[in-house]
Amino acid sequence: MSKSYQNNPATREAPWVRRSLLGLGLGFFTLFLLLPLITVFAEGLRKGWDVYIAALVEPDAVAAVTLTLLAAVISVPLNLVFGVCAAWAVAKHDFRGKQLLITFIDLPFSVSPVVAGLVYILLFGAQGWFGPWLQANDLKIVFAVPGIVLATVFVTFPFVARELIPLMQAQGRDEEEAATVLGASGWQTFWKVTLPNVKWGLLYGVILSNARAFGEFGAVSVVSGHIRGQTNTLPLHVEILYNEYQFAAAFAVASLLALLALLTLVLKQFVEWRAKESA
Amino acid sequence: MTTATLSAPGVSGTARPRRWTRRRVLPGFAPTLGFTLFYLSLLVLIPLSAVFLKSFTHGFDAFWAAATAPRVLASYRLSFGTSLLAASINVVFGLILAWSLVRYEFPGKKLVDALIDLPFALPTAVAGIALTALYAGNGWLGKLLEPMGIKVAFTPLGILVALIFIGLPFVVRTVQPVLEDMETELEEAAASLGAQRWQTFRHVVLPILTPALLTGFALAFARAVGEYGSVIFIAGNLPMVSEITPLMIISKLEQYDYVGATAIAAVMLVFSFVLLLVINGLQAWSGRRNGVR
Repeated sequence: MSKSYQNNPATREAPWVRRSLLGLGLGFFTLFLLLPLITVFAEGLRKGWDVYIAALVEPDAVAAVTLTLLAAVISVPLNLVFGVCAAWAVAKHDFRGKQLLITFIDLPFSVSPVVAGLVYILLFGAQGWFGPWLQANDLKIVFAVPGIVLATVFVTFPFVARELIPLMQAQGRDEEEAATVLGASGWQTFWKVTLPNVKWGLLYGVILSNARAFGEFGAVSVVSGHIRGQTNTLPLHVEILYNEYQFAAAFAVASLLALLALLTLVLKQFVEWRAKESA
Repeated sequence: MTTATLSAPGVSGTARPRRWTRRRVLPGFAPTLGFTLFYLSLLVLIPLSAVFLKSFTHGFDAFWAAATAPRVLASYRLSFGTSLLAASINVVFGLILAWSLVRYEFPGKKLVDALIDLPFALPTAVAGIALTALYAGNGWLGKLLEPMGIKVAFTPLGILVALIFIGLPFVVRTVQPVLEDMETELEEAAASLGAQRWQTFRHVVLPILTPALLTGFALAFARAVGEYGSVIFIAGNLPMVSEITPLMIISKLEQYDYVGATAIAAVMLVFSFVLLLVINGLQAWSGRRNGVR
């Protein structure tokens, strides 16, 4: 594809232009993306493998891994169900205010993570709307695990819906309508017609929301209360280690998250490739 | 949900007046829309409205005083200024990168293409400490820059670096598909009419890319203004100098100043909602321009 651009005199630049653009682009890429990534691993291993491994198997780190997994395991399926419902309602039906609904679904993307955390403090904190009631019933949401889960749900809210809505809109309704006319029930239509058509888009949304759930910092930081071994997710654990000047340990844990990020990119690439194949 | 004839009560009139009335053929409208609205209200709309209600509980004067305190105003200037600058830099280099990825062949192209999304996948705190280590006085880049008198880490320049990092993929990923879909016939026509390569780019290619570039700019800008994790490590967080607005919210919260925190949050929320509407408009424009959707 790009070969043909350079064989066509109308779409070809002078070699010096091409070389300068490539140099600028790749230089920028190296400076801002590649070097930070390499730094994570280099700093993590600076004091050797022993320190590296020790930082990962330490009890507080293990607790942080567990809590991070828990938050992801709850928030991703919830938002998956929501995304499918929203996409079915928006893409397969006509109704007033559809555009506004889509805008609202996108809202958590443009809200600062810090504001996202703050809203749950306003609702469930000691001085919040439900604070006195929660205290009277000895329930804790903010500065405890439920708050972390809520904040994670908020920041990963739009991912699946956002992938599915344009995809299902583009695919139209003909196949589903045919299935329905032929006597398929709603569930049958969804499982046998719609889902096979959108499975790669769905998976794509799940991968992205999972990555965000693992990595969220701002929102979770506000509601966490930073209790070591109890309300620390992996990114918060990185922050604590870093602020305690345990740089090697901080970067060791950070490299674990960076590996997850790389795995996410690989999976994403694979899903994009499969989606293209099946299209 | 189980019968094909089910249609939602009360919504049988279609959204827009049409020449024919479309019967609701597909089932499941009422339960899916109902759940969507319920879930959206419970998790997003009601919590966000709490910010506005709470910020006015102590009257407008208290709200205004908290939202326009000198230290807060300085943080707006810093956050908006560095975000605008970072988004502008990303528009230039994002376009160059998207152009290189679509038009040129080079070794490692697949890898570069995949790693463009790194800021989406890498947790912001990890990005923050990595950039700080890189640009601190003893870091790989800091070592080169500090003898030249350029201090990046713990200055507003460091904030700019972090915001460039998190904003880059927004521009590349909005421009790239438009470039891929662009017909070469337009450039061929321009060339055959005697246009120089630069003239073709300036008068044919750039106008086609403009909506996507603006969308990418707006997305990167919106993300940058609210960004917290990647910035706080490298910012230095000096009052009036390098305190970003989200950090102001955090520090108010840590002092149990809920009125102050909420007032700043309300300002940010209004701003992000306006920006979201702008982005939606831009995307619709971009879609119409390029004949998709």
